[in-house]
Amino acid sequence: MSEGTLYDKVWDRHAVTRLPTGQDQLFVGLHLIHEVTSPQAFGMLRERDLEVAYPDLTHATVDHIVPTSSKERPYADTAAEEMMAELEENVHESGIEFSHPDTGEQGIVHVIGPEQGLTQPGTTIVCGDSHTSTHGAFGALAFGIGTSQIRDVLATGTVAMEKQKVRKIEVTGELGDGVEAKDVILEIIRRLGTEGGVGYVYEYAGEAIENLDMEGRMSICNMSIEGGARAGYVNPDETTYAWLEGRERVPEGEAFEERKAYWESIRSDDNAEYDDVVTIDGGELEPVVTWGTTPAQGVGVTEPIPEPEDLPADKVETARRAQEHMRVEPGETMEGYPIDVAFLGSCTNARLPDLRRAARLVKGRTVDPDVRAMVVPGSQQVKQAAEAEGLDEIFTEAGFDWRGAGCSMCLGMNEDQLEGDEACASSSNRNFVGRQGSKDGRTVLMNPRMVVAAAINGEVTDVRAMKEVTVNE
Amino acid sequence: MSNELEIPSVDSVSGTGVAVRGNDIDTDQIIPARFMKVVTFDGLGEFAFFDQRFDDDDNEKDHPLNEPQNRDASVMVVNANFGCGSSREHAPQALMRWGIDAFIGESFAEIFAGNCLALGMPTLEADTEVVEELQAWVEANPDGEIDVDVAEETVTYGGKTVGVRVDDAQRKALVDGVWDTTALMKANAEAVDETAESLPYVEDGKRV
Repeated sequence: MSEGTLYDKVWDRHAVTRLPTGQDQLFVGLHLIHEVTSPQAFGMLRERDLEVAYPDLTHATVDHIVPTSSKERPYADTAAEEMMAELEENVHESGIEFSHPDTGEQGIVHVIGPEQGLTQPGTTIVCGDSHTSTHGAFGALAFGIGTSQIRDVLATGTVAMEKQKVRKIEVTGELGDGVEAKDVILEIIRRLGTEGGVGYVYEYAGEAIENLDMEGRMSICNMSIEGGARAGYVNPDETTYAWLEGRERVPEGEAFEERKAYWESIRSDDNAEYDDVVTIDGGELEPVVTWGTTPAQGVGVTEPIPEPEDLPADKVETARRAQEHMRVEPGETMEGYPIDVAFLGSCTNARLPDLRRAARLVKGRTVDPDVRAMVVPGSQQVKQAAEAEGLDEIFTEAGFDWRGAGCSMCLGMNEDQLEGDEACASSSNRNFVGRQGSKDGRTVLMNPRMVVAAAINGEVTDVRAMKEVTVNE
Repeated sequence: MSNELEIPSVDSVSGTGVAVRGNDIDTDQIIPARFMKVVTFDGLGEFAFFDQRFDDDDNEKDHPLNEPQNRDASVMVVNANFGCGSSREHAPQALMRWGIDAFIGESFAEIFAGNCLALGMPTLEADTEVVEELQAWVEANPDGEIDVDVAEETVTYGGKTVGVRVDDAQRKALVDGVWDTTALMKANAEAVDETAESLPYVEDGKRV
């Protein structure tokens, strides 16, 4: 078993006791809730006559169902309105702080946590959403949980969990031009498989990870779950501290220095023991795009799509079905794959630096007339900051639809959905069949600049071949 | 007090089986997102595997859950990495409400297995050959009884008994009837407070 890793240290600090099942009862430092997975838990609480144990360590937002066209209430979709009203009532009754759309702080749960300084190193964070792994970018232990566990956390401030193994994934070298954090994680999942992380948490390390900004680290940790790992994290460092300093809800001055000492203390030791170590040469990577219907079915943009028969035996059938669904041919590359829709958004890649980089490429160009292209900022704050820099104008002048904050077309729970067999270049995290609202829809995952490049050319494009225009940042 | 409700022991599950073949079956397939626009889990059963079961005009497609002989099945036999993707408990809730009480498969995604445990549904793992043989048997014997023994980690069907694996914590939780953890953990409230106060970022149950 691992020893001396951040995972071990933070786990030990938060373990309350060993339960009769052999699981640990783990204290939860931050419980994030949203409208899809929490109402049933509040219902169970009422049934059992229980109250929220730590309302001050709980924070709510609304993201999955919010329309991105208008904030007008009641929402046109009555089911969405009912979910919103239910959340409003639950948080009001329990005294839980709510980043309501009217506050200007609403957004995707995994964007607003860090943004508001709620997400800090050395904490335990849970949320009824598998991409809670995002918060690991700060050196927090962050887990996605189900609704019965949400009930537990609401009622007790704790969750029952079994300790897992720790795999260190070291990404060495320097990422090439056009290669982003998203490509690193797609490559990791491609190599280790969608179930490769089952039983593990991933510690991301190495020069290429250390050189990333916080948003890049969030993109990587975000998709840990797509590799089967329940959580992923990066050890906190000066990049982390600089990002946190001055944010709302982060201690100031002397208190900040004191807190920093704690953050430093939970970093993995230099001689920490890991259950497994994997090394990837970041310098060798190119932009990665998916050709199939799981995030592991990816390929470098200039590489041939594999023959199903060349894959491990248990992957052959899935690959064959995926290629049929996506209408791709083995031996060909994804470059030139025609797309109908471009979606720049989601908790993986809808933060300010993602939008900035994409805008640099978009400036002075126009979206292919046959492509429906949209930019959905991850939060109201991201949207506002982007507008202050004029990024919205760059996007709209090019023909992109500039929308309100939310999960949007990542999972098709609001009006933003694929229609029929549309193919979508998407900066989101999942390309499962039916994921974007149409069971015949086709999703190609890629980094944000690759998404806008595809929007401009109407097909999957190697972003490295496109000239950039500088935007003032 | 209703929070001291009796949690039943799940030491065995018996019933007929249904085989759902394929690796990497994700929770988006088990319950498409559009059916999650609800504030209770009631009624999710009919939407289990909806897009695999119905075409655009709501006509039935070929799917094991559409076969009348499988309608009463309570043991679902699946392949590798079942339940990957989203953490939505709506997925096991939909299958439970459809009538499933236990899963046997090559492997399960972590959160899916955790969600099943929270509902008292065992997820038992077995080698590929064992699973494939059982799937073939289930398809040939839709009325055949399967006996799952969680405590002994065995599955008995058609006169033979095979070994399966249950995670230690899961087995203990199910067999001892402590899989619903709320009351169990609530009983440690004092120790929880102590742990909270020992953390540098919590004071009086508040974030500092």
